Amino acid sequence: MSQTFKLAFRNIGRNKTRSLLSALAVAVGMALLLLMASVMEGEMRGAMQNSIRLQSGHLQIRPASYDENKISLKWEDLIENPERVVEKVTSLPQVTAATPRLIASAILTLSDQSKGVQILGIDPGSAANEPFQIGLLDGQYLQAEDREGVLIGQTLADKLNLKVNDKVNLLMTTSNGDVDEQLFTVRGIYSTHIPSYDESTVLMPIAKAQSFTATENHASTIFVLLQNQEQAEPVAQALNTSNLKVLTWREQNALITQFEDFAGVALIFFYLIVLGITATVVTNTLVMAVFERTREIGILSAIGMKGRGIMAQFLTEAALLATGGVIGGLLIGGALVAYFTVYGIYIGDYGVTGMLFEDHIYAHLTLQNTLSLTIVTYIITLIASLYPARLAARLEPVEALHGLGA
Amino acid sequence: MEVTKVTNATRVFKIGEVETKALRGVNLSVEDGEFTALVGPSGSGKTTLLQLIGLLDKPTTGNVTINGQEATNLNRNKRADLRKNAIGFVFQFFALIPTLTAYENIEMPLLLNGMKAAERKKRVNEMLEAVGLSDRAHHRPDQLSGGQQQRVAVARALATNPKLILADEPTANLDTENGKQVMDIMKKLNKETGVTFVFATHDPRVIGYADRVVTLQDGLITKDSKTNGKS
Repeated sequence: MSQTFKLAFRNIGRNKTRSLLSALAVAVGMALLLLMASVMEGEMRGAMQNSIRLQSGHLQIRPASYDENKISLKWEDLIENPERVVEKVTSLPQVTAATPRLIASAILTLSDQSKGVQILGIDPGSAANEPFQIGLLDGQYLQAEDREGVLIGQTLADKLNLKVNDKVNLLMTTSNGDVDEQLFTVRGIYSTHIPSYDESTVLMPIAKAQSFTATENHASTIFVLLQNQEQAEPVAQALNTSNLKVLTWREQNALITQFEDFAGVALIFFYLIVLGITATVVTNTLVMAVFERTREIGILSAIGMKGRGIMAQFLTEAALLATGGVIGGLLIGGALVAYFTVYGIYIGDYGVTGMLFEDHIYAHLTLQNTLSLTIVTYIITLIASLYPARLAARLEPVEALHGLGA
Repeated sequence: MEVTKVTNATRVFKIGEVETKALRGVNLSVEDGEFTALVGPSGSGKTTLLQLIGLLDKPTTGNVTINGQEATNLNRNKRADLRKNAIGFVFQFFALIPTLTAYENIEMPLLLNGMKAAERKKRVNEMLEAVGLSDRAHHRPDQLSGGQQQRVAVARALATNPKLILADEPTANLDTENGKQVMDIMKKLNKETGVTFVFATHDPRVIGYADRVVTLQDGLITKDSKTNGKS
């Protein structure tokens, strides 16, 4: 075994440039896949985390009849006295924050422009709404008793050229079916780094949202954050009642999971294409080596090395090339992933309905992706070397020695 | 005792529609300890006969035995085993593995035989000493002269203590002095260890070493004579 390894190692070193280029092909292929997998992981992870922190929470409690696509303001579709529900939910030890939210559709109008938006009535003091406070770029954060102020997202502000203290008109249909409009002051501009969200979501204190929409002491949902997202299912079961339904982050973000599954399949095709190209390079290198070393194969065969020994020799060389390639791939890929983990890739407003993609995708490397790619690269390289290895093993000694004048 | 026996061996090569009869029915028996030369002009069948004896090729018809064992119809692996245990080869073009040192080239068949490390080391050093290359043990083939390389090849062929060494034109690429050195060593080992040598040649100086000369022409043995080879 050590002799096979020694011979393989030296054979690799015989044509250093060719071996280096072959290992580099493996390395570049692997680095590319590592980056792709990390970017995909980062994108999906980011979308899920964004949804949890801004939209779905770990849990959402809604009236059984509430349909989020209709954004109903009918009292029967809303939670009455949401504070009571919040009080009950926050008494559970797994819950870190729970807050009522009222959601309504509106049209924001300026003198010469209008834009469809979603009003989100929030409790500014709740820890669950910290992302808006942290994301405040300009102006002031909302106060619970403010009856005229709203926060708008940066994208909306940029598109409508709005600044802090500008006035905007919001027009909406209330729960009674009446059309109402009021003038609001832009108290502040926030950014969640999600252009689609920042363009469409106008925040106001929930008390004002309730009076504006004539929903009195009602909320659309209770937004709940837990200590650990894996606790969502048992807590949901504990909170389930006949007139309220509790949705977990998994149920609410099924689209992201589906998208992730789809992306996973697409990634496998990408893996196959890249590794297929890499495999071709390895096969080519080893086939050339077989033809160059036909005499030596004949000599080894003549002194009694069996076909499987010759095959093992070429497989060992392939494994060494793969090792070099994998190490190089981990180094190159690791460096690329590290860069894009910190700086991200700017994608701008990559709007997919129901998905909260940030304007940057940040790579996220997982141990599972690293291990699976390392193993897959090894396996593909070894499969690629099977043909040349078998070619060498099947050479008849007399044919292999032909070049010796035998 | 017969080390090898070839019975009614023919070998026909077919290239496209053209058939070439390299051997046309050869019978040859080589006894233990012989130092036999196969001679004849190019194309007479010397190399083909060596390849059949060495189990590198199979006869089209006829049989080959090695140490009394019928070897004609053995599969690839069994032929490889028989080569490994019973036959050593010396080729015209100093057939060494270029990436291995002289020591490692000699060690290779011992490794294939599964010999233990300490025993292997002792045997390789013995063989290096026998061919006068102890001081070149860790040189690679490209750091050795042609004669030295061929002596390493002889040492490798003898390392596993085979009964039979087959040498195909062992001096063809050597100058007179180196050719003489290689033949002297082969003859010395033949005398000292009793190993059987069968070699193909058309070098008259080499033929002089043989104590049996088998002449081939057009794929047939035309003459088989005992001589008083140089000692």
